[in-house]
Amino acid sequence: MIKTETKEEFNLEITSRNFTSTRNACKLCAPLGASIAFRGIEGCIPLIHGSQGCSTYIRRYVISHFKEPIDIASSNFSEQSAIFGGGDNLKTAIDNLRRQYQPAAIGISTTCLSETIGDDVELYIDQYRKSNKDESLPVIIHASTPSYRGTHLEGFQEALRATVETLARGGPHTDRLNLIPGFLSAEDLRHLKEILSDFGIGHTLLPDYSETLDGESWEEYQKLSAGGTTIEAIRAMGRAQATIQFGKSLKGLNTAATFLEGKFGVQSLTLGIPVGIRETDLFFKALKEWSGLEIPQKYQQERGRLVDAYIDGHKYVYGKRAIIYGEADFVAALASWLDEIGIVPALCATGACTGKFKETVLSGLKNCPEEPLICEDTDFADMLDTCRTMGIDMVMGSSKGYFISRKLGVPLVRVGFPIHDRIGGQRILHVGYRGTQQLFDRVVNALIEAGQERSAVGYSYI
Amino acid sequence: MIEILKDRKKQVFQKGAETGDRGIVCEKASLAGSVSQRACVFCGSRVVLYPIADALHLVHGPVGCAAYTWDIRGSLSSGPELHRLSFSTDLREKEVIFGGEKKLYAALTELIKAYAPKAAFVYATCIIGLIGDDVQAVCKKVQAEQGIPVIPVHSEGFRGTKKDGYKAACEALFRLVVEGGGQPGFPLSINILGDFNLAGETWMIKEYYRQMGIKVVSCITGDGRVDEIRESSRAGLNVVQCSGSMTQLAKMMEETYGLPFKRVSYFGIEDTAEALYSVARHFDDLQVMRKTEELVRSEVNRIYPEVQHYRKALEGKKAAIYVGGSFKAFSLVKALRHLGIQTAIVGSQTGNPEDYEYLKEICDAGTIIVDDTNPLELSRFMMEKDVDLLIGGVKERPIAYKMGAAFCDHNHERKTALAGFEGMLNFCREVYASIMSPVWQFSPARQRRATMEQTFSEEITKAMFST
Ligand code: SF4
Ligand code: SF4
Repeated sequence: MIKTETKEEFNLEITSRNFTSTRNACKLCAPLGASIAFRGIEGCIPLIHGSQGCSTYIRRYVISHFKEPIDIASSNFSEQSAIFGGGDNLKTAIDNLRRQYQPAAIGISTTCLSETIGDDVELYIDQYRKSNKDESLPVIIHASTPSYRGTHLEGFQEALRATVETLARGGPHTDRLNLIPGFLSAEDLRHLKEILSDFGIGHTLLPDYSETLDGESWEEYQKLSAGGTTIEAIRAMGRAQATIQFGKSLKGLNTAATFLEGKFGVQSLTLGIPVGIRETDLFFKALKEWSGLEIPQKYQQERGRLVDAYIDGHKYVYGKRAIIYGEADFVAALASWLDEIGIVPALCATGACTGKFKETVLSGLKNCPEEPLICEDTDFADMLDTCRTMGIDMVMGSSKGYFISRKLGVPLVRVGFPIHDRIGGQRILHVGYRGTQQLFDRVVNALIEAGQERSAVGYSYI
Repeated sequence: MIEILKDRKKQVFQKGAETGDRGIVCEKASLAGSVSQRACVFCGSRVVLYPIADALHLVHGPVGCAAYTWDIRGSLSSGPELHRLSFSTDLREKEVIFGGEKKLYAALTELIKAYAPKAAFVYATCIIGLIGDDVQAVCKKVQAEQGIPVIPVHSEGFRGTKKDGYKAACEALFRLVVEGGGQPGFPLSINILGDFNLAGETWMIKEYYRQMGIKVVSCITGDGRVDEIRESSRAGLNVVQCSGSMTQLAKMMEETYGLPFKRVSYFGIEDTAEALYSVARHFDDLQVMRKTEELVRSEVNRIYPEVQHYRKALEGKKAAIYVGGSFKAFSLVKALRHLGIQTAIVGSQTGNPEDYEYLKEICDAGTIIVDDTNPLELSRFMMEKDVDLLIGGVKERPIAYKMGAAFCDHNHERKTALAGFEGMLNFCREVYASIMSPVWQFSPARQRRATMEQTFSEEITKAMFST
């Protein structure tokens, strides 16, 4: 057994990219992440400052996953704005959004274009506020999201930090908890709220797109789908007692949680995304210690059932080899989980470039009997080139890895974002004992099914 | 109530509701802050060139533009599938500051070596227009070194609309056409322009022409091949579908090679039949005409009973159409009529004044015609018109579903062939399956609409059009 502390034992240089170009990117661009985060704020409409295409492409991409109407406006740059600046466009856009949507907030993210010409969005917003000072204006939040600097995940985090920077206020501390779970599914967010409520912990979840991006069927068309973290609640985040953020690699970065800590003294705690027993235990332990309350019986039972299932299924999974890919912290969470059930995360990949990916993934591996290959700043084509000879049994990640699984002839277990070739991507549960249970059942069954398909006999009894 | 933005009012028209004969304002940049369904110049270029399966398509810029267009269309290839991969120079901060030419050069050279494409298209996206990379020069250099055409496509998103992207694509295509120009022509031959082989549609159409005794020299760009495009000036006629995107190329070929062109559509029974007949008429060949008549007759006889079966169920339903190009909208209005479905709302992202005039002509009184609409407007119109069906693309689908309306995807991403006679059947089946589904009984929007007074909705419509 290899221990994580002895990292040298792993032969883990990050594979150099085989190509200068990115081939089938395993990442998306920053305004996409920002727009999703903004849709988790009640009454907030995302506005992408740049030319029309980025916003339309991003909408299409996001809609194909969530299968919900998701309006994302564009300030619609023309050649003129590219030369003289997009100030007028931005102001017109805000005007038009106010008229059509009457939003509580407008979440502006910038594109590569407006960033490169050096548009001073803060200044424009300021001017706008001044020239409309007699009217009641929506909250205007600005996140700087040039995609040449980071992926959709950085855009997501940036939007959250900008949101609390704009809105959070200090004051006497309450006993509330802020939870900043990162880019998870709508079902994950619902489950996390359920856990906190069952504990009896007063909480604010940011962002909360559990309803806005996975809503009910409507009676009447809604301009902006209902739900989301309220502006009031975000204001109060500065007075909460603590913030938990998920994502080990966020440690030491300037995030919403660290801002709240630095500015208002809201103590912050960074945990891994709670996938698997070990990471979920840490989450529940943190809640228990922090609140002084007992873990509700229900979750102890869920944990117990999960252990039981692990044992029932262990032989189907032990020693199997998987490729996992996606956002850095999400992959780290999956790697740690596969490690605890005996699957080798043989190739762990992300298109992002955090510089900490290897370290983060390694910190979650306790049982892995061999050296996984851990690549950041990589892409799907590289992954395929790399893994052909790795004896892979399973691919796990978004639907964009489908062609790898198809080429290798192994199952793809769809998790994360985007899921473009199935319905229900927004309802996949990944976190908690319950989410892990669902992942485990799906993984075991996928492997059993693959075996069944390969078998000439066709057993109907396993 | 959802209001139409003042600056957009002239882009909406209701047939019969207005006095005077004002035209619809169109071909404008989308309004800042309106949630347009349009994309950008790059999108226009990418859509047209995408199906060329043995060419390398390298998107020069930050990663997004390429990532969002990776394998998004249903364009099939009978051979190589290079078009289904997404290549991006994925510019980082360093290159944005110091320029991306070196990276472009390295990326192109490696990719050409690795994939041995027949040609390479290099799409310049927004940021390239700003940082001033000399894409042309890099392409030229690589072309000289690698010995294949390396063609820059000037598709910076902010330099216009999707239509300008079509233009850039046509210019790029023309470079290939010219390379093979001047060879002797083929008798009884055509090029199929503006069909993108979604779900194999080009193959179906090609088969019709084969049965008519007409040689298809090249398909631009469905199941497209570089060498075929090079041959294209040898055809006797350009048959142009999706005229918004491809007329430009046809005109260039007409000017240079005297190659005439015809606009057609392969959607719906009449339009498909008319397309084939018009080609037959062009060649004025008895044999061809006879075979065409035979083909049309047997195909229509084959599908007609089934279409009638659907019509019985669908008679009296109402539809909204919102598609990219207006030519498709014309065909859809007619195709729906075959099913007894009335078009209550129709619009496009890129129609021109003549297109909208024509739409006015063919639509019934009361039909709302829109240019470059947005989700709020569309939902409002759908509510008032109480439509049962929306025909559009992925971005419109959830709007339909939330409004309790059936949906048919008629965009580039679809995986069902909707062109030709067989396509008409598929179209009917899809529309029928969606409208007849029992799930609508549970839709709150549907329940509400069922109880809504008709007069109420008419009043709203009136109010919307009064300024
Ligand atoms: S960056 Fe420009 S070219 Fe690329 S998607 Fe956005 S608008 Fe289109
Ligand atoms: S220009 Fe930047 S923001 Fe726009 S799509 Fe491309 S990567 Fe994304």
